[in-house]
Amino acid sequence: MSDSHTHIEGASAVDLQHDRKKVSSLIDKILGLAESKGFGTSSLFAIRLAIEEGITNAFEHGHEGLDPSTPVHIEYAVSHNDIQIAIEDQGPGFSPDALPDPTLIENLSKPSGRGVMLMQAYMSEVHFNKAGNRVKLRYIRPS
Amino acid sequence: MTDSRLRISDNGGVTLVEFVDRNILDEANIQAINEEITAVIEQAQIPKILISFSNVDHLSSAALGALITINNKIREKNGELHLANIDPQIYEVFVITRLNKLFNIHDTTDEAHTAFAG
Repeated sequence: MSDSHTHIEGASAVDLQHDRKKVSSLIDKILGLAESKGFGTSSLFAIRLAIEEGITNAFEHGHEGLDPSTPVHIEYAVSHNDIQIAIEDQGPGFSPDALPDPTLIENLSKPSGRGVMLMQAYMSEVHFNKAGNRVKLRYIRPS
Repeated sequence: MTDSRLRISDNGGVTLVEFVDRNILDEANIQAINEEITAVIEQAQIPKILISFSNVDHLSSAALGALITINNKIREKNGELHLANIDPQIYEVFVITRLNKLFNIHDTTDEAHTAFAG
């Protein structure tokens, strides 16, 4: 469920299957819209990275143990000023605040746990809903 | 069995690994890459591996995870892993995650070759 922090006004929506071609096709579509609004190479790099991490988290962690055909709900809106993407899985949710800091020396050799921090590093805003099964990414055009 | 997503060659005792794809994002491909490099590590007495990112435009945290797993396996066998030709935007990902502190990263494969001990 979206809440005031993760709602996107006037968004396009799609239910996405765990299929690489469909994931790539959706991301290419969003990036195409961003490019048509004049977002540059470094913005497109940041947006692709963050969406990839969000969708991977939804399918790999959010949907762990669920039927593989369970879709992830995506909403997106691209404007001149910003790009907003919400990714909602049907799992029980998680607490992003409870994640260990992957940049600590003792965690550097651990192979997982970097997706959320990369989203936070590259996006202007990252909000999770209370349940922790929906994340809204917002990238504001650099001035 | 899928086609290899890697080009692997031997250069004076150092195994050079290059990527076929520009994007290393697909979990299935990342798993396959991990398994293929793991096979190289297992076959070597003391693995010396140089991974070139010259063709790579994007990688995900799952790809970073695979690199870490590979690095851990190489270290278990007292081997060496060096990385080279990383695009500046991707290098920034290594900096943000501080993995530039974990990996031996070089500008070019030539520079990386000279960094291998012995």
